[in-house]
Amino acid sequence: MSEQKLKPKVAFYWCASCGGCEEAVVDLAEDILDVVEKIDIVFWPVAMDFKKQDVENYSNGEIAVSFINGAIRTEEQLEMARLLRKKSQLVVAFGSCSHLGGIPGLANLYSREDLFDTYYNKLPSNDNPRKILPLTETETDKGTITLPEIHRTVKALNQVINVDYYLPGCAPPPDLILNAIQAILENNLPPLGSVLAPEKSLCDTCPRKDSKPDKILIKKINRISLTEIPPDKCFLAEGVICMGPATRSGCGERCINANMPCRGCFGPTSAVEDQGAKFLSALTSIIDSEDEQEIKAILDSVIDPTGLFYMYSLASSVKRKYQDFK
Amino acid sequence: MKRIGVFICHCGINIAGTVDIEKLTSQIKEYPNVVHVENYKYMCSSPGQQLINQQIMDKNLDAVVVAACSPSLHENTFRTSVQRVEMNPYNCEIANIREQCSWVHDDKQIATDKAAKIIKSMVEKTVLDEPLMPITVPVNRKALVIGGGVAGMQAALNIANNGYEVILVERESSIGGHMAMLSETFPTLDCSQCILTPKMVEVDQHPNITLITYSEVVEVSGFVGNFKVKIKQKAKYVDWEKCNGCGDCITECPINTPSEFEQQLGERHAIYRPFPQAVPNKVIVDMDECIQCMVCQVFCPTDAIDFNQKDSIVEQEVGAIVLATGYQLYSLKNLPEYGGGEIEDVIDGLAFERLLSASGPTQGVVKRPSDGKIPQDVVFIQCAGSRDPENHMPYCSRICCMYTAKHAMLYKHRVHQGRAYIFYMDIRSGGKDYEEFVQRVMEEERVVYLRGKVSRLYEEDGKVVVCGTDTLTRRNVEIKADLVVTATPIRPIEDIDQLSKLFKISINQNGFLTEAHPKLRPVESLTSGIYLAGCAQAPRDIPDTVAQASGAASMVCALFSSDQLYHDPIIAGVDEDLCSGCGICVGVCPYSARTLNREKGIVEVNEVLCEACGACSAACPSGAAQQRNFTDIQLKNMVKAILG
Ligand SMILES: Cc1cc2nc3c(=O)[nH]c(=O)nc-3n(C[C@H](O)[C@H](O)[C@H](O)COP(=O)(O)OP(=O)(O)OC[C@H]3O[C@@H](n4cnc5c(N)ncnc54)[C@H](O)[C@@H]3O)c2cc1C
Ligand code: SF4
Ligand code: SF4
Repeated sequence: MSEQKLKPKVAFYWCASCGGCEEAVVDLAEDILDVVEKIDIVFWPVAMDFKKQDVENYSNGEIAVSFINGAIRTEEQLEMARLLRKKSQLVVAFGSCSHLGGIPGLANLYSREDLFDTYYNKLPSNDNPRKILPLTETETDKGTITLPEIHRTVKALNQVINVDYYLPGCAPPPDLILNAIQAILENNLPPLGSVLAPEKSLCDTCPRKDSKPDKILIKKINRISLTEIPPDKCFLAEGVICMGPATRSGCGERCINANMPCRGCFGPTSAVEDQGAKFLSALTSIIDSEDEQEIKAILDSVIDPTGLFYMYSLASSVKRKYQDFK
Repeated sequence: MKRIGVFICHCGINIAGTVDIEKLTSQIKEYPNVVHVENYKYMCSSPGQQLINQQIMDKNLDAVVVAACSPSLHENTFRTSVQRVEMNPYNCEIANIREQCSWVHDDKQIATDKAAKIIKSMVEKTVLDEPLMPITVPVNRKALVIGGGVAGMQAALNIANNGYEVILVERESSIGGHMAMLSETFPTLDCSQCILTPKMVEVDQHPNITLITYSEVVEVSGFVGNFKVKIKQKAKYVDWEKCNGCGDCITECPINTPSEFEQQLGERHAIYRPFPQAVPNKVIVDMDECIQCMVCQVFCPTDAIDFNQKDSIVEQEVGAIVLATGYQLYSLKNLPEYGGGEIEDVIDGLAFERLLSASGPTQGVVKRPSDGKIPQDVVFIQCAGSRDPENHMPYCSRICCMYTAKHAMLYKHRVHQGRAYIFYMDIRSGGKDYEEFVQRVMEEERVVYLRGKVSRLYEEDGKVVVCGTDTLTRRNVEIKADLVVTATPIRPIEDIDQLSKLFKISINQNGFLTEAHPKLRPVESLTSGIYLAGCAQAPRDIPDTVAQASGAASMVCALFSSDQLYHDPIIAGVDEDLCSGCGICVGVCPYSARTLNREKGIVEVNEVLCEACGACSAACPSGAAQQRNFTDIQLKNMVKAILG
């Protein structure tokens, strides 16, 4: 037990996420055992029975590091994030949703009211004739029951608390997680605020990069679902939108190797603020036409530009709040 | 923290009249990084510059922001000035509070607030400015002149006489251009060929000039000081090494065909030189006409005829290029109102020059094309397609008033009893001794000047009936002329579009090459290292052509006067730690400055080619292509400062 005390205390927590990030930790497979050896997991609601109270009982800064995944959408998530911040020396935003808002961040395209209306009233699978919507407080005969408030805007973790490091990815790959934990254990960390992944964008490590032409210029945008791309050809050069050039590398090219273009889950490089805008700017630069009508027609063929270019980063983009899209 | 000094100029009342200078000064004093603020009546004056330099030393400033007029005016002044006290020029920035503020506002309060924002944003930029050193480029001190008209020859001779090598490329087989076709030249009436041919010979014999005729440039790459060109030498079917110009082949060739040089008024053979004084004095075979009878081969004493010759490409490296491709005349075919080129006795000015020329098809006797008779009534039509924005060319061709006066005078000298009529819109004779020349034609030569336009003309009984109005007497005039000479517009060469693409320089709406500045940089193009001379840039007469060609030549010599060039260091680089070699920027760069180095997996920039347009910075999805001293962070901070 005395030895246990010397082990750094580690917390895992999830906010608005799919559970994939938790899976990623479990996916460390045998390696996790090594990790568990060296650390003391003090909070991990998805896997072990801990309560909020347990965290509150720690003194400020007593937890060495908290890994928080998921975006911030509810009052409860906000509260937990703040609590963990207070109790931890380091907070690592774990996974795309926590890092950039992730796919939940796309909800910022709609107002909370619209979302409720769609989910509770309009969806054909719903049967809600009395149009009951979730409330933060509901009176019942047994007393008042409460639900955490759903915020108007989905936020990335660093929009609500100070974040020390980011582990990108949907979900972060095992090698980056292990490296990060290793670095923390050895106190061998880069400057605060760093993303714990390589600096360069995906093209750098892309197995298809040799197929790139000297100049990438495209006349037509092809959809991956309707196009056959040879397994060694650069997607973008074939007119298929691939976010690789605008996305940090380190993912292990999992999508590329499965013949799927990059969707951007690792977020932008450190020199770029708005991944979607940057990619849009790059894409429009390589359209091979001088004719305004033709350019418009080519660009109009992108079916869901916001969903495509901002799939993971809408909540941390320059236009991040749902009000911006009204 | 950077120590920045801000110096606010009153510009007399230009700025101080609208901006509250004292209030501005105190507002800026509070701004982070600013350690000194001062204002002065005229910062650009010597005391103003001294004041800045004094403060740089006294206050140990790292950078200065001069709040004054547009940087296009005095940026250079201040950047040069601060170097005297050892400040890197790129640590001196201009905040434009005149053109962008005081001149466009009248509310003092608003203007003062805006001036403060402009200065603050420039301070933000300056905070992150890096000291930069100009990029040095070696200069290949060899010039390429394209076009061997009087402009090209003059430029080539000037450069060559300064001791630099010149390659002169001419697309015809002989140099000389249009001046070689002219009879006598206004206003002095010297014989055109007599004054031109010595120059042609000088070009041919000059040890520093390599003459490459019957050739065209087909590819250009590189940049100022270091151009690479490919020149296509068209097959001549005659080995010029062997051809001694004796012309024996010409006399024996059985084929006759209209001569371009004689404006179709005379003939040439299938093997020919365009005119007797051609330089180089060599012949070529026109394969479209040749019937391969081989007579020339039999008669050639040097065995020079070579029907197996092919086009060939030579490559050359040069440091500067002069474009002197000259002009062509707007074809009469475009003027249906004047017969559309179908009436034999309606000709253009160059054809008339040939009729007047002692070496022309009629040995200088004016004979009309249809029947060779000496015309007794000749009508000259000025502005035949010029200054006619609805139907033809909107601009004034500038030389027609003068050559038409000359034509009328020379005609009267040849045909004393003949009558000459000139239809004109007004007479533009702005040139040394030009007005006097026109007056002489009007008064002494008794040429009838009719102010008005010719509405139509038609053939009748061997005459050309010219219908027009004399607006001065308000009478309709009808003249039964034996010959009509039209002054058709001066046009750029047919393939000017291709030329402009090849050399990446722009042309104006009429196709003439565009100079870098209409007043202050008339012989430079916007691409550094490429200069313009002669009618390729705008219609002009010989004196102006020669003057401009000499100007272009002196620019080339100035460029060659040092063995290094300096290129503005504000270019877009590559952050090698960020660049993933995605290659997006490569196709975007209009100057081909960026190339993908596949081995290193990054893009490399040819700094000299980069013109800092910023296209790559916008395109680079990694943020690796940043423009020096205009980085994303700087721009963002500037915007923040403006939005407050
Ligand atoms: C009817 C008439 C009468 C005139 N009379 C007078 C006068 O009396 N006095 C006077 O001062 N001016 C007179 N002028 C004006 C005079 O002709 C011009 O000012 C002068 O010829 C302009 O010279 P240039 O070298 O610019 O062009 P050009 O003489 O046209 O020479 C251009 C040369 O470039 C060559 N070239 C073109 N394209 C290429 C290419 N792509 N590659 C290589 N070579 C190329 C052409 O073959 C040509 O040899 C007259 C003009 C006309 C039309
Ligand atoms: S082959 Fe005959 S036609 Fe051709 S150039 Fe020789 S002589 Fe003239
Ligand atoms: S666009 Fe940017 S990342 Fe891509 S090759 Fe160019 S500089 Fe490198």
